[in-house]
Amino acid sequence: MGMVNLTIDGIKVSVPKGSTILQAAKEVGIKIPTLCYHPDQSVKANCRVCVCEVEGNRLLQAACSMPVTEGMVVKTRSPKVIEARKTILELILSNHPQECLTCARNQNCELQELAEEYSIREYAFEHKVRGLAKDTSTPSIVRDPDKCILCRRCIDACSVTQSVYALGIENRGHHAMVVPSMGKDLIDSPCVMCGQCIHACPVGAITEREQIDEFLAAVADPDKIVVTQIAPAVRLAIAEEVGMKPGEMPMDVFVAGLRQIGFDYVLHTNFTADLTIIEEGNELLKRLKEGGVLPMFTSCSPGWINFCETYYPDLLDHLSTCKSPQQMFGALVKTYWAEKMGIDPAKIYSVSIMPCTAKKYEASRPEMQDSGYRDVDLVLTTREIGRLFRMSGIDFTKLEGSSFDSWMGKYTGAAVIFGATGGVMEAALRTVYEVVTGQELKDVNFTAVRGMEGIKEAEVDLNGTVVKVAVAHGLSNARKLMDQVRAGESPYHFIEIMACPGGCIGGGGQPITKSNAQRQVRIDAIYVEDENCEIRKSHENPEVKILYDEFLHEPLGHKSHELLHTHYHPKNKKYL
Amino acid sequence: MKGYKEIIASYANVPGGIIEAYHAIQKEFSYLPEEAILEAAKVFNLPVSEAYGVATFYSMFSVKPRGKNVIRICESAPCHVAGAAEVVAALERELGICMGESTQDGLFALEFTECVGQCQATPVITINGKPYLNVSPAKIPEILAEYK
Repeated sequence: MGMVNLTIDGIKVSVPKGSTILQAAKEVGIKIPTLCYHPDQSVKANCRVCVCEVEGNRLLQAACSMPVTEGMVVKTRSPKVIEARKTILELILSNHPQECLTCARNQNCELQELAEEYSIREYAFEHKVRGLAKDTSTPSIVRDPDKCILCRRCIDACSVTQSVYALGIENRGHHAMVVPSMGKDLIDSPCVMCGQCIHACPVGAITEREQIDEFLAAVADPDKIVVTQIAPAVRLAIAEEVGMKPGEMPMDVFVAGLRQIGFDYVLHTNFTADLTIIEEGNELLKRLKEGGVLPMFTSCSPGWINFCETYYPDLLDHLSTCKSPQQMFGALVKTYWAEKMGIDPAKIYSVSIMPCTAKKYEASRPEMQDSGYRDVDLVLTTREIGRLFRMSGIDFTKLEGSSFDSWMGKYTGAAVIFGATGGVMEAALRTVYEVVTGQELKDVNFTAVRGMEGIKEAEVDLNGTVVKVAVAHGLSNARKLMDQVRAGESPYHFIEIMACPGGCIGGGGQPITKSNAQRQVRIDAIYVEDENCEIRKSHENPEVKILYDEFLHEPLGHKSHELLHTHYHPKNKKYL
Repeated sequence: MKGYKEIIASYANVPGGIIEAYHAIQKEFSYLPEEAILEAAKVFNLPVSEAYGVATFYSMFSVKPRGKNVIRICESAPCHVAGAAEVVAALERELGICMGESTQDGLFALEFTECVGQCQATPVITINGKPYLNVSPAKIPEILAEYK
């Protein structure tokens, strides 16, 4: 590859041809401010805050879009550049609400950071907020269009990464706005509530529906027994919310922290992740044996379920009928667990802690009350738990650990990896292999299905039957596999799909995630946790065995169908 | 809403045909009804969010119902200096509506526009794209009469 030599702020640098000024500057440790730029998206160059002086150019150039040329001389921090950037920031701030103190992104906002870095001390222009209404139409995501700075990163995340096309631009120039499809409410758009737009947003224009107050009210209610389940991807990322590195908070300390903020019982979604493997693995084997609909799709990711119901209603039969681990847990905690503990299920307030915004919607689905009650009463995202932790003032370096409560707290390494793309597939293969062959699986690591590649595939020989599997994360990748199925050309038997890039570790409810590189760090941490688990196969989970012995009796049995399986409905969305 | 599907279908194979189709729809209905945008998205294989984006990007298109004859008044500087404000006042008075509105009988709509390139004879208005030059308040009733 040809290299190009240039000088940035007097420093000589050599970068591959085709690089931008922004990339070249990064090479030599020069930070150029950005807002509309996103490392995993195409260049937009609409915010202009990255402007630089380029010798020989009369006008300032946007560093994010300007390709480097041989001998180019760039100034990124001249008074002229600083003044232009300040003016750009002042113009953005002139219609941005002055609500930093009450904003969900306070201290985690790219615009706020830049206003600080550039010493913006006054509003240079007349302050005029657009006065648009908040969109609270979905149970998962809240849009506050007044805060939008029109960078269009959310549109890129929604349309390119996810191929959901829920968001677009209405009008043009000064009147332009980001709006849900056809200018309607988000609930009327094809939005699948994955929340990837939240990560993409540099400011607080898109957030989860925050439900901290509902949790505190339940804790304060003496008649409620507040029980929680933690999803596999949460522990890794919660550390980031309290100033630690991904994976750095030990599980027992996390559990102790949850007890501190008011949970009466702490259980684990990993338990039902293991259970999912038993039910889903058996469902796959049944479909293979009886000529059922194949390929079978996993059904753990509610954003993916929404996507399938919205864009592929003709393929719903391919979805595993297994509820997601969250909803399996919800149905069991108010039946099996309540019985086992001698607790009145009516008093149980079931809270799940999820890396996901779509889980809030999933818990509110009308069919999710097979326990006779609302199976999951409240879903809090990793970010909301992070806020509760910070509110509580807990010093996690000094907190003594605590273990999970009984009957639905034990889990295996197979459940842990549910949090990463390919994890459900790998966990299923570990179990299915042993069930079918009757032999012990020596190497449990199916590395072919791991990692950030958009679509991964593998083959497993089960006593002479070759099973072909595929894994996709990010819905635009899912779309490719789905179109193959629709065309009748899919070579696979089993397909894992996670709505979010990287899987649940990159879920819409996780700490604000600014790049795929950040997702990879969390993925690495998840496999370390798996390696450290004594038991790494779901069917060896001792509490799951007790559940089958005492309550469910057999996989896919009567009780399982009543509590653990569901069916899907076409969404019939108009504005696709 | 009769015939909108046929109109759109007739542009299906034209490169960039969605804009042509929208013009044709507007000629018929004076605005772009929701059904037409949904149909265009289908025919041109675009997400609705994009088809809607195109429909709202161009000021010539309207996604809100409006009067049959669209009167546009230039709000750029040359027309402003030449007395566009008086023309606006006269139009509003004559039609009994404000800028951005349509008459009850569905006959006229009043809109602002950017420069239409006729600065040699300001102020300028256009009706359904036809320019009227050197317009004064006194000429308004006569111009409107053509369309009544």
